[in-house]
Amino acid sequence: MNIIVCVKQVPAKDAPLSIAGNWIKESDIGFEMNEPDSYALEEALRLKEKHGGEVIALSLGPERVKQTIKEALAKGADRGIHVVDDNFAQLDPLGAAKVLAAAIGKEKCDLVLTGLQSDDHGFGQTGVLLAGLLNLPHATIIMQLDVHEGKMRLKRELEAGWFQWIECPLPAVLSIQSGINKVRYATLKGIMAAKKKEIATITRESLGVTSEPTQKIEKIYVPTKTKKTEFLTGTPKEMAGKLVEKLKFEARVI
Amino acid sequence: MKILVITEQRQGKWNKTSFETLVAAQQIAEATSGTISAVVVGKGVSAFADELATKNVSEVLMVEHDLLENYTPDGYCTALKQIFESTKPDLVLFPHTYQVRDFAPKLAATLGKGMVGDCIGFRKEGDKLVFVRQMFQGKTAADVTFIGAAPWFASFQSGAFRADSLAAHLGGKAPVNTARVELKPEDIRTKPLELFKEAKSAVDLTQAPLIVAIGRGIKAPENIAQAEAVAKALGGEIAASRPICDEGWLPMERQIGSSGQTVAPKLYLALGISGAIQHVVGMKGSRTIVAVNKDQNAPIFEIADYGIVADIFEIMPALTDELQKAKG
Repeated sequence: MNIIVCVKQVPAKDAPLSIAGNWIKESDIGFEMNEPDSYALEEALRLKEKHGGEVIALSLGPERVKQTIKEALAKGADRGIHVVDDNFAQLDPLGAAKVLAAAIGKEKCDLVLTGLQSDDHGFGQTGVLLAGLLNLPHATIIMQLDVHEGKMRLKRELEAGWFQWIECPLPAVLSIQSGINKVRYATLKGIMAAKKKEIATITRESLGVTSEPTQKIEKIYVPTKTKKTEFLTGTPKEMAGKLVEKLKFEARVI
Repeated sequence: MKILVITEQRQGKWNKTSFETLVAAQQIAEATSGTISAVVVGKGVSAFADELATKNVSEVLMVEHDLLENYTPDGYCTALKQIFESTKPDLVLFPHTYQVRDFAPKLAATLGKGMVGDCIGFRKEGDKLVFVRQMFQGKTAADVTFIGAAPWFASFQSGAFRADSLAAHLGGKAPVNTARVELKPEDIRTKPLELFKEAKSAVDLTQAPLIVAIGRGIKAPENIAQAEAVAKALGGEIAASRPICDEGWLPMERQIGSSGQTVAPKLYLALGISGAIQHVVGMKGSRTIVAVNKDQNAPIFEIADYGIVADIFEIMPALTDELQKAKG
């Protein structure tokens, strides 16, 4: 079973963000693999261990995203594809999906996996758009995945504690829900092995994808407060004391 | 501007975000002198259509077919594409539900259009509509506009508009029209099977008046005892944001947020929770919100009544002490 996993590189969780127009200043902050995508990668590795085949890590972005592909290789992906695009943060969801679909179209694969959404743009559309562009069936927010005789039985999460089983043929595109599995760490052996693995580099231009953007992020900004927060100060003991006082006599909730 | 609102029901029940999206549509219609068609999709949904007709909309469009009884992305995309081709809307609005996430972006793409998903508001600037959504896990907001010709597609986050401000129809009832769609079994590639809930949870957080919730700031499972001590001193329930339950540190039934429980307790004490939108939608209705976080820019402070910028590991034992004293 050959699986392509789309992994995005995003600013590190605790990175201090400074806004620049409709994106952020990328200098001085760290980047990491988008956490929801790490669950998709883990699921792909588990499927490979069970059914054989190959796992390909695909990422779109500037040179820095090679690091995230290397991390995927160190965890056990067989090879990587880097679609180089320094300006990828300006792509709209459909534009990004068209580039990824073109890269996927050059490969033979049974399954395409994505995370649920990215922690930066948070569009949450890539998997569904890929399915449309590649004309494949799809399902999203998957919490369990079993492959049997060329078909998949999937547990799809719905809201408020509900789930649904669905049956989906292969090939297909799935968006994986975070928490579906326990993500592995790269081992030293894995990191050494990754050095010998191939990362194919292609440019967005060479894929011949042209896409008129359908939407534009005009600007981003720190959201305006809807509530006035009263900040308590002092030593931890003083702050705790003040809070209990407020909860008891001001908010009257305890 | 002709606005289509795609409402959502499943197994005889509304997804309530549908009504919030109708409120958004009413406000956009007012700002643009537009009209609203409320669309209901399924099989045997005339009761839903009749209910929609009592709201201030120009018409209700009922899209019924045997193959739409159970939701499938292929079925919905095929049917709704035909509806858009026949009704030619300018703007199509969806509630940002798990179901909508599953098909709407692809549906828009089949018409060569993009979708602005998970919006929390809109503004009209000149003759342009500006949609507001969140980025970087709620740390920033973004103003987004559409490029190119209509139709435009957008979805609104749960809680972005208040369903209780939905305006009723002025002259009694809006007309209910039936729209025919062509759908063949072979159009549908996935097969929906049974719906189910996981084993019933021992605790019903929705009924808990006092909740102490932990997030990534708790760092390790062995530290949860400190938060549980706060909860015990308070007489409240312990809960968590998604990553904590994903790690298996607390059971899934303790999870607050879009994929977990939605709660509105008297007191919500958020310890080491940054306030990503997926969490906030599950608790922003709480009467009093207290946030303790060492990052003063954490988005959770935007909705907090009381804030403490500090290390939770210094606050938790102190707070346990003070609560015990106060409750004496």
